[in-house]
Formats: sequence, structure tokens, C-alpha cells
Amino acid sequence: MSARERILSKLRAKMPSTVAEQPDVAGWFATHRVVESAADKASRFRACIELAHAEVHAVTPANWLTTLREILRAKGLDQILVSEETTHGSAVLDEFPAQGIACQVYDMAIEAWKTEMFNATPASLTAARAAIAETGTLILWPDAAEPRLMSLVPPVHFVLLDAGKIYNTFFEAMQAEGWANGLPTNSLLISGPSKTADIQQTLAYGAHGPKELVVLMLTEDEQ
Amino acid sequence: MTRTTTPPSRPRDVYFFATCVVDQFFPGAGMDAITLLERQGIRVHFPEEQTCCGQPAYTSGFPDEARKVAAHQLTLFPNDWPVVVPSGSCAGMMKHHYPTLFAADPVRKAQADALSARIYELTDFLVNVLNFQPEDKGGDCTVVLHTSCSARREMGVHLTGRQLLGSLGKVTVAQQDHESECCGFGGTFSVKQPEISGAMVEDKVKALKATGAERVVSADCGCLMNILGHAAWKDEQEGRTTPSLPGEHIASFLLRRTSK
Amino acid sequence: MSEHILEFKPAEGFRARSKAVVDNPFLRQSFRGAMDFLMSKRAAQFPDSEELESLRTLGESIRQYNLAKLPTLLVQLEENLSRNGIQVHWAETPDEANAIILGICHAQHAKLMVKGKSMVSEEIELNHAAEAAGIGALESDMGEYIVQLAGEKPSHIIMPAIHKTKEEIARLFADKVEGVDYTDNVDALIQIGRNVLRQKFLEADIGLSGVNFAVAETGTLCLVENEGNGRMCTTAPPVHIAITGIEKIVEKLEHIPPLLSLLTRSATGQNISTYFNMISSPRKAGEKDGPSEVHLVLLDNGRSQAYADEQLRKTLQCIRCGACMNHCPVYTRIGGHAYGTTYPGPIGKIISPHMLGLEATSTMATASSLCGACGEVCPVKIPIPELLMRLREEAFTAPHADPAMVGQGAGYSWLMTSVWKGWAAVYRSPSLYGLATWLGSRFSWLMPSKQGAWTSVRVPLKPAPKRLRDMLKERGE
Repeated sequence: MSARERILSKLRAKMPSTVAEQPDVAGWFATHRVVESAADKASRFRACIELAHAEVHAVTPANWLTTLREILRAKGLDQILVSEETTHGSAVLDEFPAQGIACQVYDMAIEAWKTEMFNATPASLTAARAAIAETGTLILWPDAAEPRLMSLVPPVHFVLLDAGKIYNTFFEAMQAEGWANGLPTNSLLISGPSKTADIQQTLAYGAHGPKELVVLMLTEDEQ
Repeated sequence: MTRTTTPPSRPRDVYFFATCVVDQFFPGAGMDAITLLERQGIRVHFPEEQTCCGQPAYTSGFPDEARKVAAHQLTLFPNDWPVVVPSGSCAGMMKHHYPTLFAADPVRKAQADALSARIYELTDFLVNVLNFQPEDKGGDCTVVLHTSCSARREMGVHLTGRQLLGSLGKVTVAQQDHESECCGFGGTFSVKQPEISGAMVEDKVKALKATGAERVVSADCGCLMNILGHAAWKDEQEGRTTPSLPGEHIASFLLRRTSK
Repeated sequence: MSEHILEFKPAEGFRARSKAVVDNPFLRQSFRGAMDFLMSKRAAQFPDSEELESLRTLGESIRQYNLAKLPTLLVQLEENLSRNGIQVHWAETPDEANAIILGICHAQHAKLMVKGKSMVSEEIELNHAAEAAGIGALESDMGEYIVQLAGEKPSHIIMPAIHKTKEEIARLFADKVEGVDYTDNVDALIQIGRNVLRQKFLEADIGLSGVNFAVAETGTLCLVENEGNGRMCTTAPPVHIAITGIEKIVEKLEHIPPLLSLLTRSATGQNISTYFNMISSPRKAGEKDGPSEVHLVLLDNGRSQAYADEQLRKTLQCIRCGACMNHCPVYTRIGGHAYGTTYPGPIGKIISPHMLGLEATSTMATASSLCGACGEVCPVKIPIPELLMRLREEAFTAPHADPAMVGQGAGYSWLMTSVWKGWAAVYRSPSLYGLATWLGSRFSWLMPSKQGAWTSVRVPLKPAPKRLRDMLKERGE
């Protein structure tokens, strides 16, 4: 008998005969979490993620590129990794090189440029799929256009978030988007820059992932 | 655990289960608890055949032996009166563990369930059943209260002792550091792991003394045996002839404060 | 049952190791400070006790629901992972798990494995097995990295290097990391670790990780972390191997949010960890990064023994938050290493006997005052004190047929059993009790001044000259 069969037969022999009742997760969230207005969710999201040491900037479709460029300048960065397959990435590619900010693109498999990614990629820009107000969390589903390492290896990670896509809770997000029907290769919740308190409970940022997380919160122009 | 019994209306009679520790080591505390109850107009009945709740064997991994001793106590309280216990620990055993202990014996399980519903820890009984409002007749005094882990976590009665002391006008209740932490007694734990238990009681006594309170009071004599035993040992070690941390059962303290 | 032979029995020398810590005021102070910090962080996350209690109840019901269906869910998980392209392996013992992992490494001609934090990999002593096979196994969680550099083991399941001061770590780095001068600036120390490990993530052939939750319905492995090393290990190297105990499974994705919330709030007092990483497949065609192979090793190692008993099964509800150790007055006094087991503290006392047998661990269950602090904070309501009492019973009862666990009766002693039998004979009989206590009160002067361990830090116990029953008689009751 294989280990699999041995383990399963031991468990099956002692499996309770009565069928346990499915826990009422939806009921708990319905009674313990308020559904907030869009404005409240946005401000709660912002407050939470800022508390976790992320930087948040409110931007509009008209000014987000300028804001991004100014932040890069202020941080002394003159290079950013973007995707050429996304509209926001293309927008950066169209404008930044002429303004003295070099753009790297993730246009081939990592094996071809792993060393450069690890040693010579100071910043990146990706979009967030959505966000969670309760915990100040960004939801990212990395894909072929914006692969997994883009949000991990560069020391400064910029994230473009549509402020209209903020859920109250993680539970609400997965229910609304039907995650149980299928998940991508990798789905991520990110709630701040990388950190550790492993040395004498002292908090330090930039343990292995980004040292800085900058959120560009995109709302439609007021006018 | 939270209290599961609704307080009855004020009874005329109660049983008193003294616990073996009070019977043998702190009889004064037992007398004082009985006197306190009697002053409230309650007739207190002490079944002579009572011995021990069985907890020492139960927590040491000898449930069969605990069951034998517990089975004897089950028979001692025939009338439907509350059973008042001057210890959160022993009350917890009778209230919460007797039903488990006799789970396999339907007759005794029924007795255990019925008894469980009538078990009261003393301070809980004074506050929630008798609505006891002690009238303070003593002078200014600062005390510190130690609550046993069973009273706190098993019986959920950690507030009643504080409430009683709080209603004594001239008594200040000091707040010790790490108040909710165990004193390190734990029955046979104190002798099976003396190094760890010793470190725990050392820290507990330091925290109690650091409040500057003149005495420690507790509703559990097991903890007192441990805490006062260590404080006295420390006094001996350091050549003190008067106790640096005197202490007593809360019943004795309450009785004295409310007597002329 | 497990055939893994441990070189050393944790129960042996436990008292000596505890004493060494207890007698060290510096360590005592440092553990106390660390635990106070973690306790206050957790308390700040749960200001509403009603919410906390209802969430704990939900967490408990989720874990119990999933354990009740465990074999079915394991098969469902395997099917869905396989469909997603993740290869599933089963190991009954640590040796089997190591063989599976090393087999995958050899197939890759691997030289270097970078590891994310995984207590299960500690449980199987993977680092030793890998090094014996000529494969470098490098810990990448900062705390684990520090502990490995010092040649030690984690002393806490969440904060592996909690027993070390920054000065000790500064000295360690200066001694062991090439080209590093002494600095006790925490940011600088973390940057040193970051720089060393970045190169290793780049070079590694294999990334190894644990699993916090495995979701059966979607075939997903979930990892909770703050540093990003877990994401590195599961994304940068060409092969990712995850290892988990068979109990870490949930049927539905919707079971995750309550458990995640309980886990991070209870563990480190964070409303959520920096990263929650959900992996459902290896790199797909067209994707530009991620491992091309993902493996999951499902380890039993005694868990099926705990599963077989309705009461002991509750041990498997654990989500490994470590709150029980943070709130334990015993752990606070002695730290994690004194236990000698992979999992220290209250959870270690109840899970280790299933992994190592009661013979190696029988006295561990006695190292508790049963104060109940662990059970009170457990986010999934494991009745730890009750389980400790059960383990005491299993250890001290004479060996019998069809025992619930390996090593049942290992702590049995004829003398101790006779003492308790004698005790019960006296205390169940009012007349014997009356006689014994009467003698005790009349002859209390005969009580010895040395009463074994009791009088090591306490004055001797002396019965009062009159018992309560005597006083009541005199009063004319």
C-alpha cells in the first residue's frame, strides 16, 4: 500500500459518521461588518494602508502620469519597469523616456534577464485589480502582462488603483468576483511594503520585497 | 467560560462545601465565610461527610481516582439548595468538570448535572445572589486582590471579588502588574516542575509587593498557600521577622471590615 | 506509526533546561518583554470582545467542519491541484517526506534550496537531510536565517529568533557574514540579510515553502507572510516545493477570510499580514515568471493518530498563530528551546506526543499549571488544558491494549499510581478522611520542615491545629 492509501485509510476509518454543518461565513460577515459608502471605503482603505507604511496619492486620469513622474523625481529614481501590454504601461512608455525617465519592459521570460531584474530594476508600476477597505489591502492578479516578480523584486513598487473598485472585506471581494469558480496562477493580497520585526521586535521595512509601496488612487476628474 | 446559572431568588438555606484545603489549612477562612453568610440571614449547612472535590487527581491524570472521590460528594447535597464553595478552583471542578467526569454513567451524570447547576463560588454568591453590600467599618487600608485562574477563566467570576472590595469605602484596591497571570500553583505542577512554578510565584509575589499594599486577599486558598508560602520563605531567607506580604481569604477580610 | 527516530528525547533534561533559563535574569526579562509586546499587540486587535468570541466560534466551526471531512477533502484537493498542474506527494513519516523532497531536488540537479518559513520542514529536519545529500538549504525568513546562522533552532513558531537580542545578532552577523562590520542598527542588519539573500533567491534551483491553508475546491496553496521571502521562494526559483501537514486544509475558499483574520490578529496583532499569497498552478504557457514545477508534500507524521480520537482530534484545529505561547506563563519563563521539541509552548505540548510518541514527551504535559490562558486566547478554541489533562492520563495510566497513542503508559509508575489509589481510598471515605485529617491537625508538628520540591521556594505546609469541622462542632453546630 502506498503512503497515500495508508494515510487515507487511517483517516477514513475514524472519520466522524455525522455530517458537520457548513459554517455560516456569510452570516457572520452580514452581522459583523458594515457595508460602507464608496467614500468611506476609500478613506478607510487609505487610512489602513498608510498605517502599514504605504504612501497614498489621490490622482485623476488627467494628472496621474505627472504625479508619478514627480514622485519618481522626488525619490531620485530615473528608471521604472512597466508593462507594454497595458494601457497605463503604454502611457508611461509614451511619455517618460522623453522626460528623462528610462523605462524597462517585462517583455521576455525571467530566465533571460533575472540578474538585471534583481540587481538593476529600482522601481515598477503595476495595476491593482481591486482593494479591500477593512484591512487596507491591494488585490493583484499577476498575469503575462504584469508578471509576479514585478510587484516583488523592485525596491519601489507603484500601484495604480481604481478607487471605485474597493470592497468592504476580503470575503466580499471573493464572493463578488466569484473566485471560487477559478483562480489564476497567482493571486495576491498586498497590504504595505515588505517588513519584518524578527530582530528584537523592532519593525524594519524592506525585508525582502519592496521597501516602499506607493499607491496612486485614481478617481474620475471632478469637473 | 461564562456563568451559565441564573441566580435563584434569595435562598433561606445553603450547603457549604469547604474544600479540603480550607478544612485542613485555612479553617478560619471557612468559619468566616460561614459567618458572613449567616449574617445575611442564611442558614448554612455543612455536610459532615464532605472531603475533597477530587480535582488533585483529576488534573494529575488520574480521572478514575478523581471519579471515586467525586462520586462520594455527589451524594451529600440532597436538598435543592445552592452549594457555596469558598474557592473558584474547586467550584470550577464541581460545576464544569463533574458532568464530564461522569459522562459515561447516566445516573451519576444526571446527579452531576443537577449539582453543577447549584454550585456557586462564594464571592459570586455574595454579589449576584445575595446582593451583599458590605458596610465598611475599618480604617484606611490598601489591599491587592489575587484572582485564581479557575475563578477567572473557568467560572468567569473574576469581577465579583473586585466588586466586593470596591464597595468597602476605606479600602483601596491596588492594581498589580500582570494581574491575570497564574501564581504558579497548579496543584501537583508546583512539585513536578518546581523550577518553573518557583519562578512564577517569585514573579507573582514581587508584583504583589510592588503595589505597596499591606496585604493580599484572594478567594482561593490554593493560590494563597503558594503565594504566602513563598513570601514567608523569602522573609526567612532575608532574615525578616514580620511578614512582608501578609494575606488572607477574602471572606476573612470582608468579615473583619464589616465587624465592629 | 512514525518510524522516525529522534536522537534525543525532549522530556529528558527538560527540567535542567528550564532551570537554566529560569536562573538567568537577563533571559527572563527578555522573554517577558517580548511576550508582553505580543500580548498587547493582540489585545489591541480585538477591542470588541463580542466580535472576538463570535469570530473564534466561527473559526472553531470552520476547522471542525473541515476536519470532519478530512479524507474526502484531501482527495478533492489532490484532484484539483493535479488538474491545475501541481504535483501531489504523500508522506507518512519525516523520512518519507525528506526522500520525496530530495528526489525532486536530484531530478533538477539542484545545488541550492532557498526556504521560506516552514515549521513542517523543521519537524522533518529537512535542512540536515538536504545537507547530507549535498544540497544547500538556506533559510530566508529573517528570523530563521539568524537562527540558522547561529546553528540553532527556532524558539518560537512565529518569531524564530525571539530569544536573541539585536546585539547578539549584530555580533553574529559580524562574525559569520563576509565583509560585514558590527552594527546593532536594526535597519542596517535587515539590509545585510536582504542583500545576502537576494543573491540566493537569484541563484537558487529550488524554493521550499510551508502552507498556511490549502483550499480543496480551487486547488490553491495559501501563504501568509510579511517579509516577501515566501513570495520569493515560491516565484523566483524554477521549482517550488510546498510542504504541509495533512490537517491544514479547508474545503471552501470562503473559509479563508475568517481564519486569516484570526491568524494574523492573534499571531502578531496585525489586522492582516503584508502578503497573502495564493498559488493555484505552476507557470502557464505565455506567463513570464513563476516556477515551471510546483509540488505539494502532504505529511502525516502522527496527525492521523490524533485524528483517530474525537477529543485528541481537536489538536488538529490549530492554525499555528503562536498566541498560546505568547500568553503562556510557562513559555514566558523558559522560552522555546527548553521544550526541546519543534513546536514549543502549549501547542507543542499537545501536538508533539503524536509526532514523537509519549515516551519521548510524557513529562511535557506536566509542565503546565493548567491556568487556561492558552485556551482563552486560542483563535479556534482548542481546549488545550483539557487536552493536557488527557495526555497526563494517557501517560500515567498503566499500559493497556488498544491505546489511543504510541507510548501510552510511558509515564506509568506503580508507586505514583498506588499513591493516588491510596489518596482516593482516603478521600472517598469520610471516616478515613476524618481520621487522616484529625491526625494531621493534632500532629502537625511532625510535618517535616523539608517537603521536597514544595519547600525549595516556600515554607513547609502545616495543617491548622483545628479543622473547620472541629471549629464548627465546638461552636455547637
